[in-house]
Amino acid sequence: MTFAFDWSYLPKLARGVPITLEVTAAAIAMGFVLGVFLALGRVYGKRLVCGICSLYIQIFRGTPLLVQLFIIYYGLPTIGIRFSALTCGILALGLNTAAYQAEYFRGAIQSVRGGQLLAARSLGMTLPQLIRHVVLPQAFRIVIPSWSNELILMLKYSSIVFTVTVLDLMGVGKRIASKHFNYFETFLVVALFYLVIVFIVSQSLRALERKVRIPGLGRGETLR
Amino acid sequence: MSLLKAEGIYKRYGDEEVLKGVSLDVERGQTKVIIGPSGTGKSTLLRCINQLTAPDQGRVWLDGEELTRPHADINALRAQIGFVFQSFNLFSHLTALQNVRIGPRKVRGVRKDEATKLAMEELDRVGLSEKADAYPAQLSGGQQQRVSIARALAMCPKLILFDEPTSALDPELIGEVLEVMISLAKDGMTMLVVSHEMGFARSVADEIVFMEDGVVVEQGTPEKLFRTPEHPRTGEFLRKITELYGETES
Amino acid sequence: MLDVTPTILRASLVNLELVFALLGVGLVIGTAIAVLQVYGGRVASKIAYVYEWIFRSIPALVLIFLFYFGPSKFGLFINAFQAAVLALGLRSSAYQSQIFRGAIEAIPAGQMQAARSMGMGKVRAVVSVILPQAFRLSIAGWTNEFSSVIKDTTLAYAAGFTEILRTARAIYDTRIYLTMPTLLLVAVVFLVFTYAGNRALGLLERRIAIPGLQMPGTVGRMEQT
Repeated sequence: MTFAFDWSYLPKLARGVPITLEVTAAAIAMGFVLGVFLALGRVYGKRLVCGICSLYIQIFRGTPLLVQLFIIYYGLPTIGIRFSALTCGILALGLNTAAYQAEYFRGAIQSVRGGQLLAARSLGMTLPQLIRHVVLPQAFRIVIPSWSNELILMLKYSSIVFTVTVLDLMGVGKRIASKHFNYFETFLVVALFYLVIVFIVSQSLRALERKVRIPGLGRGETLR
Repeated sequence: MSLLKAEGIYKRYGDEEVLKGVSLDVERGQTKVIIGPSGTGKSTLLRCINQLTAPDQGRVWLDGEELTRPHADINALRAQIGFVFQSFNLFSHLTALQNVRIGPRKVRGVRKDEATKLAMEELDRVGLSEKADAYPAQLSGGQQQRVSIARALAMCPKLILFDEPTSALDPELIGEVLEVMISLAKDGMTMLVVSHEMGFARSVADEIVFMEDGVVVEQGTPEKLFRTPEHPRTGEFLRKITELYGETES
Repeated sequence: MLDVTPTILRASLVNLELVFALLGVGLVIGTAIAVLQVYGGRVASKIAYVYEWIFRSIPALVLIFLFYFGPSKFGLFINAFQAAVLALGLRSSAYQSQIFRGAIEAIPAGQMQAARSMGMGKVRAVVSVILPQAFRLSIAGWTNEFSSVIKDTTLAYAAGFTEILRTARAIYDTRIYLTMPTLLLVAVVFLVFTYAGNRALGLLERRIAIPGLQMPGTVGRMEQT
């Protein structure tokens, strides 16, 4: 068996990395904003709002990501809505991760101690003030482990955008491989790239988590 | 006119009627302590007063303004009533200073530097200025409760409600909290306290209210209730407590 | 649309076949990996942890390509379906091993001690005492894995064999007006699969639950009927 990878193509392959990172970052950011709103809608919304948010979450968590991408990329143009391939990718990933993030935020929001909500109310805070000053600051810290997990997942799932011609790491890899017919070797190198990226990102997230930790809040909190 | 007036408060949870028509007055500068067997609705009464729990029936007035009116600005009214919880309920993500400061800043709209000054003053008043930058998890129970009293004070309330402030504390920590409460009473703060601390009630209260089974059985000065209670149940309860906890001296 | 619906529904069976096969692979290997991580010696458990890390860090699509194009390099010839089963199966084994490891670690240490002091060998103790309990505790986490993986079967699209998504694509490639309907049908099929799967697993969980044996953090679910 020969390992037929032309290492001179490494820089070319590396050019897919920024695209992968860009897609991931854009998608996760979109998912964050939308996810927070969905979670707030679920927890504090009246029946209609709560129902809509719930429906959204169930649909986007219950259907495959690739199908969602295809609907946006192949389906929407048939009703007149056309986006660039890159936008389609980011949109699909973003809408998808929003549903998952919404559930994580909901869990975090609901785990803020009830007594503190009472205390906020007895100080005279309105509901929006309570959400802004007591619930969200704590929820954002509580959610960090799940959120980091989701980020890593998005990093890996970003690879699906190659199916709609986006030249991310996967896309570039496929291009190189189909040119030289060395799929196995090329994708072994691609795998290596992902391993390194995932490792760096997860270590950074862990360091970040340690930095913003507040004693008594979040992981390993002692119950009083 | 009384500072606080509650009239005919009824509250039912499912099948159980917890408050059966309770009426209560607190005068300016008065310290009133509510005592009684557990589960008689004392805490519920406090929560009905600042509407954390809505009573089924009854009305509450603060300085002449009715809280139970349908369109009352409940947030503005709550800002004038301090509430100290049994489980402290400090905001976990904020330091002691930030906890005390957040009320004035975000509810009353005070500027940051003024609010900080005010917060430090109140922390000093409860004896915790060196712990200003500590998080709740880093403080003992007694310290947390004192911070929560400072938090209530920082709002410059007309009166403060205390819901069994020392019941969740280890015995050796109770003293520091009672000390703060005694000094507040001496300074003329209007206080309505639910507590089991008979020593505190006896020595600091202007009036004691004995509640049982959701009704006010008797109220009067500590002298009256401890020496010559009108109602037999009052005497029974006080005797039992004194037996359990020994002769109560503050 | 009506004439293509049966075709699409029939293709969904391929995805079902794929998910059961890959979950099976994941279950067997995942259990082995978890056992190695908890009970293996220093070397074995280290290898197991590295295995888990590798298969959790590489995207599913990359794995599918590797298993599709790889074996022929080593003289093995497998078809696209088998490649997908292996790729997604080994990936699932890494996630499942995490679930099983959590469950094993949630079992009180006394269980193992009691088994050993009866004279059971380590292997027998693990197989007869630990694993039966661990499996019951794992069902909740395993349900999550199922939900996740059933949807991932569409990734086999990249391996080129006729599962449901590729079938849909083949249809609307020539009849563009069918794009939305077919894709929406595919989405609905998965909603049904996920819902049915969750319900079935929920029932299973209640059926085989042992009173008093729960993952730490769950609140008295057993008491509710």
